[in-house]
Amino acid sequence: MPAFSLNTGTQTAPLLELRQVVKDFGGLRAVDRCSFAVCQGTITALIGPNGAGKTTLFNLITGFLKPDGGSIWFQGRRIDGQPSHKIVRLGILRTFQVPRELEAMTVLENLLLVPAGQTGERPWAVWLLPRRVAREEQALRRQAGQVLEFLGLVHLADAPAGSLSTGQKKLLELGRTLMASPSLVLLDEPGAGVNPTLMNLLAGHIRSLCRERGITFLIIAHDMELVMRLCDPIVVLDHGSVIAQGAPDEVRHNPEVVRAYLGGPV
Amino acid sequence: MLEIVNYLAGFAILASVYAVLALGLNVHWGVTGLMNIGIAGFFALGAYTTALLTTPPPDPAKFEQFVFGGNLPGLFQRWGVGGDLWFLAGLAAAALVCALVALLIGLVTLRLREEYLAIVTLGIAETIRRVFLNESWLGNGSRGLYQIPKFLGNLAAPWLYDLLYAGVALALLLALFFIVERTLRSPWGRVLRAIREDEVTAAASGKNVFRFKLQAFVLGALIMGIGGGVYAHGFRFIDPFTFDPLLATFIVWVMLMVGGSGKSAGALLGALVIWGAWSGSQLLPGYLSNPNLRYLLLGVAMVLVLLLRPQGLLGRR
Repeated sequence: MPAFSLNTGTQTAPLLELRQVVKDFGGLRAVDRCSFAVCQGTITALIGPNGAGKTTLFNLITGFLKPDGGSIWFQGRRIDGQPSHKIVRLGILRTFQVPRELEAMTVLENLLLVPAGQTGERPWAVWLLPRRVAREEQALRRQAGQVLEFLGLVHLADAPAGSLSTGQKKLLELGRTLMASPSLVLLDEPGAGVNPTLMNLLAGHIRSLCRERGITFLIIAHDMELVMRLCDPIVVLDHGSVIAQGAPDEVRHNPEVVRAYLGGPV
Repeated sequence: MLEIVNYLAGFAILASVYAVLALGLNVHWGVTGLMNIGIAGFFALGAYTTALLTTPPPDPAKFEQFVFGGNLPGLFQRWGVGGDLWFLAGLAAAALVCALVALLIGLVTLRLREEYLAIVTLGIAETIRRVFLNESWLGNGSRGLYQIPKFLGNLAAPWLYDLLYAGVALALLLALFFIVERTLRSPWGRVLRAIREDEVTAAASGKNVFRFKLQAFVLGALIMGIGGGVYAHGFRFIDPFTFDPLLATFIVWVMLMVGGSGKSAGALLGALVIWGAWSGSQLLPGYLSNPNLRYLLLGVAMVLVLLLRPQGLLGRR
């Protein structure tokens, strides 16, 4: 077995690459020598039974956890162990399984927060460079307006984010990632708690963002129908390691995958 | 008549000082979610800093151990700096010392979970008080510092000083209020509110949570230090017991909770209401004016507000 394996059958260079990543929680090995790559311009699915380590992997990639072994590479740069805010600045954005919107702040404020390097984020800037802060703020508002329009949330711009429905919160989470002009977006169960109509809308957004803006997606999902329709390739995780990966049809008929999901020999 | 005027002037000075402290706490807790339960520490540090810098050096015949005394008014006169600018220099020094101490505390604790900050600030406040109590060469121990100079003392007759200084304290309060409000109404303030709401989301939005917390902690502490300085020149006497946790930390929390956490205006209103209730209850007849009972009532008031109007008088849900 090679030290790490690249995603097979793809033409483009890996954007994100995990090599032999290990994460232990006490005695439990949540991620076990996990290696896979996400290629530029794909919508890659990360699936696996509950407890397979999917969300832990997201936390490792985005710097909320540090791996106990192995390495994570993004655009040829090693990123494991870096703090979350630095990883965001590299262009890796994530959403959460349970939306973590800033409840008491408005939808617009949730979005305005995101862009990096705002002059007004320095406490003295509002005194020394008020014009520049105001100018930047105006540009951010325009950008946020476009994102809201894309997501169909314009009418909720000034509503407190906590008042949104679950589906709208998921859209807002997606919007938050877009405000950072990401190159890779990790979506943790974008479909959970969302009605089918909104889910179709969300899937359409993801597809158009990938095609038109070249944003690469890595998506954790349980809704197999959605995964098969939207994603290619699919990476299957079980007990913290990759047990299969490839195109939807290959993965669907892989005996290992069937066993992991059904819990016994085929 | 004069007594009433002086009473009201004293009330206004103290209410202003408390409002400044509550304004600082609002930056910490109300806006950023930093649990500082050591307000007394920054209050004391500010008051002692400006007092030590501005009092004349002690007479060695009267004070055997107490040696400090920066005599800023005298120095400024010698340097030909007119007016009472030493006052502003003293306040600036108080702010600076508090900012430095907050920076050190913050560097050590703000990476940890929030409870650590609460415990450490509580401990440091008490440590600061004990240092001034025990190091008598520095702060004259339990006898405290007196003859702290009067700001603009030459302008008014001695019996009018309190009234004059009440105006000074109020003006400083309003200036600070304006400065804090403008500073918070910015992308910077937005990041602080985001951190209060959910640190994880703030980090996932690319914000260096630690750095923003540190900045907010320093700003709030600096404001509290100025509050200490304002207090010192108003009462012109401080000792370690002035900075007892009940009347220097706990009551400020009650003020912010009652007024409306998260809003500078709430901090001001809370200081006025609670200080009014606290000092007004002194005038109650008989047993009702017992300080212990008043503490109890203060606690009851806070619990009632938290139950009936958790957002405070001015807060919003």
